[in-house]
Amino acid sequence: MSTEFRFAVNVLPKPGILDPQGRAVEGSLAHLPIEGVTGVRVGRRVELTVAADDDGAARAVVDRLASELLSNPLIEAYGVELLGATSSTTSNERGGR
Amino acid sequence: MSVRVGVVVFPGSNCDRDTTHALALAGAEPVELWHEQAGLEGVAGVILPGGFAYGDYLRAGVIARFSPVMRSIAAFAAEGGLVLGICNGFQVLAEAGLVPGALLRNRGLRFLGREVRIAVEEPDTPFTHLAGPRRPLRMPVAHGEGCFFADAGTLDELEAEGRVLFRYVREDGTVAGETDDPANPNGSLRAIAGVRNAAGNVAGLMPHPERASEGILGSDDGFGLIRSFVESAAATTHPGGERPLEVASR
Repeated sequence: MSTEFRFAVNVLPKPGILDPQGRAVEGSLAHLPIEGVTGVRVGRRVELTVAADDDGAARAVVDRLASELLSNPLIEAYGVELLGATSSTTSNERGGR
Repeated sequence: MSVRVGVVVFPGSNCDRDTTHALALAGAEPVELWHEQAGLEGVAGVILPGGFAYGDYLRAGVIARFSPVMRSIAAFAAEGGLVLGICNGFQVLAEAGLVPGALLRNRGLRFLGREVRIAVEEPDTPFTHLAGPRRPLRMPVAHGEGCFFADAGTLDELEAEGRVLFRYVREDGTVAGETDDPANPNGSLRAIAGVRNAAGNVAGLMPHPERASEGILGSDDGFGLIRSFVESAAATTHPGGERPLEVASR
């Protein structure tokens, strides 16, 4: 029985990698005006659904996708979040949605 | 018979015609290679032109990397075939891991279309040997993600092995700084504008030599690089022999 797993992949520039977008956002804070905010990094979030037999198999697919396509390991790091799972016959929602 | 040089056409390529035009001027027979085709039609070298392949979605060059034509080009490169990526083509090669490093968003965040000056750092390569005596070379850039990045170890290695082909320089020929120097348009580390792989047969650069290949374009400083590529491609089709193919000169 196949289950559909919903994931989010969060991609961010690695620490130390120049992030001009993050710097531009940080630079705009003074105009709001907001104080005390530092360390802004701008990345990308990709949500997707994977049909697989179990959680582990689904995660393996997402890891491959994240490392080969969604992120460039030279400059970016990614994290994977499981948002929920739905069985194809019975509803089996869990997690954040 | 002139040497056949492939020019890849991705959806979103926009310098493919400029490149075929410059290749023809240099005496080559340009062959357009559509991104969905796996065959390279017996070309002696391949140029990946500028543009916005697949809209540059996700990251510049990454989706193009997985196209059928790129799988063939990776195999062609592994066998020693000559491959040059210009601008977006450089980004595709970097994403594919065929040249070192990555191209980040320009330090100033803006898309830049203007003229730059570059120095040829390695004059004795298949990509530069006919660059000519003029220094520095004047040609345009047009990109939003051209900030060359590699870790410090890789940068040292590239320099030690003579794999930095081009650097951004000031009008007087001195190497541009990394930050706050208009001569380095995107903030590239160590002002690197172009590199090649370890084997020496795959290279990429952000500036556009094909758009500076005729006097009418405002500069023909780039034509020597196009001629270098054409002559080198011609030489690879006749390994061990002299170069029997006529390459246009000017």
